[in-house]
Amino acid sequence: MILLDNLTKRYGDFTAVAGIDLEIGEAQIFGLLGPNGAGKTTTLRMIAGILRPDSGRVFVAGHDNVANPIEARRLLGFVPDRPFVYDKLTGAELLRFSAGLYGLTGPEVETRIDELLELWDLTPWKDQLVESYSHGMRQKLIISSALIHRPRVLVVDEPMVGLDPRSAWLLKDVLRTFAEGGGTALVSTHTLELAENLCDRLAVIDKGRVVASGSIADLRREASSETAGLEEIFLKITRGATSSEIARIVGD
Amino acid sequence: MSVRREFVLLLTPKVLSARRRGIAGRGRWGRALMVLGVGAAAWPFIYVTLTRLLTTLRGVEEVGPLLASKLLALGLLVFLGILLLSNLIAALSSFFLSRDLPWIQAAPLDWLSVYLSRLTETLVSSSWMVVLMLVPMLAAYWTVYEGGWAFLGLSILAVVPFLVIPAAIGSATTLLLVRLFPARRSKDILGIIAVASVGLVVLLLRVLRPERLVNPESYRNLVDFMAALRGPSSPWLPSQWGADALAGFLQGGFDPFLLVLLWTTALGTVTAGAILHRSLYPACFTRAQEGTENRIQHHAAWRWLERAVSRASLQRQQLVLKDVRIFFRDTTQWSQLIILGVLVVVYVYNIRVLPLSSGEMITRYLITLVVFLNLALSGFVLAAIAARFVFPALSLEGQTLWLLGSAPLEARTILGAKYWVGAVPLTALALILTGFTNYLLGVPAGLAVLSLASTVALSLAFTSQALTWGVYFPEFESENAAQIPTSIGGLLFMLGAVVTLGCVVGLQIWILREFLMSGLPGREPRDPFMWEVGLALMGTLLCCAVSGILPYRAAVRRLDRLDF
Repeated sequence: MILLDNLTKRYGDFTAVAGIDLEIGEAQIFGLLGPNGAGKTTTLRMIAGILRPDSGRVFVAGHDNVANPIEARRLLGFVPDRPFVYDKLTGAELLRFSAGLYGLTGPEVETRIDELLELWDLTPWKDQLVESYSHGMRQKLIISSALIHRPRVLVVDEPMVGLDPRSAWLLKDVLRTFAEGGGTALVSTHTLELAENLCDRLAVIDKGRVVASGSIADLRREASSETAGLEEIFLKITRGATSSEIARIVGD
Repeated sequence: MSVRREFVLLLTPKVLSARRRGIAGRGRWGRALMVLGVGAAAWPFIYVTLTRLLTTLRGVEEVGPLLASKLLALGLLVFLGILLLSNLIAALSSFFLSRDLPWIQAAPLDWLSVYLSRLTETLVSSSWMVVLMLVPMLAAYWTVYEGGWAFLGLSILAVVPFLVIPAAIGSATTLLLVRLFPARRSKDILGIIAVASVGLVVLLLRVLRPERLVNPESYRNLVDFMAALRGPSSPWLPSQWGADALAGFLQGGFDPFLLVLLWTTALGTVTAGAILHRSLYPACFTRAQEGTENRIQHHAAWRWLERAVSRASLQRQQLVLKDVRIFFRDTTQWSQLIILGVLVVVYVYNIRVLPLSSGEMITRYLITLVVFLNLALSGFVLAAIAARFVFPALSLEGQTLWLLGSAPLEARTILGAKYWVGAVPLTALALILTGFTNYLLGVPAGLAVLSLASTVALSLAFTSQALTWGVYFPEFESENAAQIPTSIGGLLFMLGAVVTLGCVVGLQIWILREFLMSGLPGREPRDPFMWEVGLALMGTLLCCAVSGILPYRAAVRRLDRLDF
């Protein structure tokens, strides 16, 4: 469903994404892990068509998202890491606007808006301006906006930031249901517990490259530790600071 | 840490950001060349025009030097008005809305360093364009009156406090307004009051009819006229002190007391501002963070608008409706319409009070020339409105661009929607402005059609140019919509629009020169031939089409390649 072919992005002299190759199939949740600045958000933004790659290609359901961006984007829903939306629209207007961008209108859209707002407990806020929404409410609104056109691919950058425990649980359920229905969800996260419990497959990227990928079992083998949790695997692969180093830096 | 070190520290991120905005990014050389190119055209234009005018005035005994100093005072007065308005708006942003304020407020910083750094930020963001305009203006005075290097030093000594005073007054006024009005609506009310009060001042200044000064016939005798010229028009304003100091130095009557007055007033306003800041700012900042009324009523006007755009594609409909809704719900945006209204009223009033039918000295030539002057001025008004309302269209998407970037939208759909949101009201305004002023001037039918078609074509071209400059110089990080047009892209758009306007008016005058000349004394007056009007119209449409379509295509290509 998603195919990344030697995907590369540079910002001036800095290479944010350095030739990533990935293939993500249908009906699965794929997790993208990596330390801060590893290139996760840039990768997701290139898949969503917001950034243009310097080289390499992105295919969404067989559509090259540079050569045929409209078709590729039509099938995709994107949730960015920061929930910036139009403050002066109401929640319902924002969702109606979003549906309109995908060519959807009419009573079916209104029903869909009501469904999504109900799902996230946002119905009482339907006609309130977005500027009065909390961070978490905005996040839920943006997730609704990404789902409004029933996409086949969902690209989600840091989904849990700002969500309360109930909404976080709900989001996991939404993603699972989405994948069970044949969709592909690509989720970038720092929450290793989420990745471990939710994702069917994972890729760890560091300095713009994929340094490990596969199922949790595959990653354990790669880290040469059959019993390790994802946190330990992650630290081993990305060479995170050891406990003694942390004590030295944080302590007196 | 000392106040001085904190002050420098607080300004460092702003300076670094500004410097990096200027030099970083792909195509920086192209942008630098464009800036230099347009700047290289504008500065000599202002300088040469003013030098010629001042040279002519210098040759006129008695009245000449007086008019030259009046001109300087008028220029500085206009700048003072602009500075007061822009400082008021900029202070709202830098003292109350800026995204880094919660961080600054939470840090253990001295209140004085916060005040001074925010005041400096307000001053710089409000004043840089005025300083750019002042350079060729003062250079012209320097050349004509052979001011020498001392004039350079004096100019700096006069201009610095001239900029500080409105910055301190603007910041203090913003603080007081936030303090006075109910917290939930303070930001909105402040915006409206700031704009409305400036509009009122502009109206009052206009109703005083300063043009009577250059019309000696309106005075009983020469002595009255000279007395009016000699008297300071506004002795309590810093612009008058600055103008008197500079003109006095050049014309041999320098009074150092004026400089003392400027500097003490600047220091006094900053001190008063600091005292107010210390006692009021914490409470005002807390008030300004509170939200406004958020439940939205569905008016009949929205349903009308939805019907009006229903023939467009669904994507374009949604983009148009979204832009219009956001505009009318954002007080900082729609309140600018007050200024627009004042601008239009002042303009029409100016046309109405023109003494075209009084006295026998006014030739038919001059009356016809006013028709072209009307086209030039109304074109300028339209360009200024496009700069304010159309140029920021893409920048205002700011951090929400990801939504458009990830949707199945083509760049031309996004730009097309923004084009019509800008072009329709601008064209309607163009028709009203030109139609009404043509009626007041009693313009013959042929010329009326020409000027109406010209302003419509110009408004369509300006919309396209404003969008293009906005795509090439987006201000996605801007925290205040009203500040976006004062960016370098806004300035470049205005200069480009003035060049387009100059081409159109120049072309029309050139094609219709024989008709114009027929209005001179001693010649047989005639109406313009149809072929003359037709040719001028075709030339105008061609000029506007080229200057509108080419940039628009470039903007679509650029937007298509833009990383959101």
